[in-house]
Amino acid sequence: MTTQVLPELSNDEIKRYSRHLIMPEVGVDGQRRLKAGSVLCIGAGGLGSPAAMYLAAAGVGRIGIVDFDVVDFSNLQRQIIHGTPDVGRSKLASAKDRLLALNPHIQVDTYEEALSSENAFRLFEPYDIILDGTDNFPTRYLVNDACVILGKPNTYGSIFRFEGQASVFGMKNGPCYRCLYPEPPPPGLVPSCAEGGVLGVLPGIIGVIQATEAIKLLTGVGEPLVGRFLLYDALKMRFRELKVPKDPDCPVCGTHPTVTKLIDYQQFCGIHPASPETAVNAVSNGFDITAVELKQRLDRGDKVRIIDVREPNEYQINRIPGSELIPLGELPRRYAELDPDDELVMHCKMGGRSAKAADFLRSVGFKHVQNLKGGILEWVDKVDPSQPRY
Amino acid sequence: MATRILIPTPLRPYTDKRDAVEAEGATIGELLADLTKKHAGLKAHLYNEQGKLRSFVNVYLNDEDIRYLQKEQTPVSAGDTISIIPSVAGGSRS
Repeated sequence: MTTQVLPELSNDEIKRYSRHLIMPEVGVDGQRRLKAGSVLCIGAGGLGSPAAMYLAAAGVGRIGIVDFDVVDFSNLQRQIIHGTPDVGRSKLASAKDRLLALNPHIQVDTYEEALSSENAFRLFEPYDIILDGTDNFPTRYLVNDACVILGKPNTYGSIFRFEGQASVFGMKNGPCYRCLYPEPPPPGLVPSCAEGGVLGVLPGIIGVIQATEAIKLLTGVGEPLVGRFLLYDALKMRFRELKVPKDPDCPVCGTHPTVTKLIDYQQFCGIHPASPETAVNAVSNGFDITAVELKQRLDRGDKVRIIDVREPNEYQINRIPGSELIPLGELPRRYAELDPDDELVMHCKMGGRSAKAADFLRSVGFKHVQNLKGGILEWVDKVDPSQPRY
Repeated sequence: MATRILIPTPLRPYTDKRDAVEAEGATIGELLADLTKKHAGLKAHLYNEQGKLRSFVNVYLNDEDIRYLQKEQTPVSAGDTISIIPSVAGGSRS
């Protein structure tokens, strides 16, 4: 963008951005580029919170946020754009208030919808840069493909427990997310943050790296994180960098692309509409047992061994009385502690890990294995509300 | 020759929680075969039912993705470090 068409800075803005203006790398022109710039944050959660706050403070002229969630107490450990009084409010309303309180000179646009193949082009179109802070694979691939097709940079970040990843995809000569990971994992094989947990400060580091890259791209300074995959380990306090070559055979950004429009990303990620929700509500198929049924069996005095496959720290938070702890990762070498003729009920937090545990036990010859549907959260909701949820 | 393999957090339950383990082999394929022999629980996470490396788990020789080298035939030299980097999606509201 030529400096002639860039917006002018008011005296208030000059005062506010003085620490940028006195740096030659940003200066007045760089600040005007930020003011003319726009970033769409996908999600106002762990990554989107710190990213949007720094983008607002830095003076990015237009910030969009796509989210459809409500602030929950369990968000506050890391989603610092929201405060305790915001619990129960929409994340968009809470985020917009916070950003405009930080900087009233910017425009904040909110989109209360789930990003989809139907609305992605419309939502992305007005923005210079897309900041991907989502929490699931279908949306990751959707954001990637939409950015490549529209020719928009995607500042990417992802987190798990105490490790984070960041890169910039979708640049003309750089790789895209599919060059790095051509295919998503099958559902259930990779634990989510809700299952695996996340160190609260971690998205702060990664989200701010994403914001840094967005600011560099808007101002045109520095070397963008293109073709490089940054890994951060908070426990070791170590950054590493891996190379991401552009794949000439990439189906989206390669020389002969086969994906030229948005597809069904749920299906691409192996998620079938009938799976998780309906499975929870479906009647027992013999492989599953509900919390209420389990309670009835225990009250009748049935001999049932309840195996909790969560981690020891989760077992400390809440537990089903009489349950035995064998974390999923230890099951392959500890299943000899169980008798293949025992009546077993496997459970975890929500039912995902214990389904894998039950499959495993059946594969090694256990005959009577059931999975507690909805995990201990369902138990707390339906049987024992005195216990904490997490 | 033992080569150091860095294990990512999601796979550490299968290596007794260790973040780095050693395995023997002259190529990436041999190393990974030795690794999954020593830590059997890793196998299902690294290979699909057809015995091929899963495409959402990247293997790096130092800082290079083996898919852009000689894949599993990539030779390994003394002092090399292997990293296993699975895709993770965490971020927003989970």
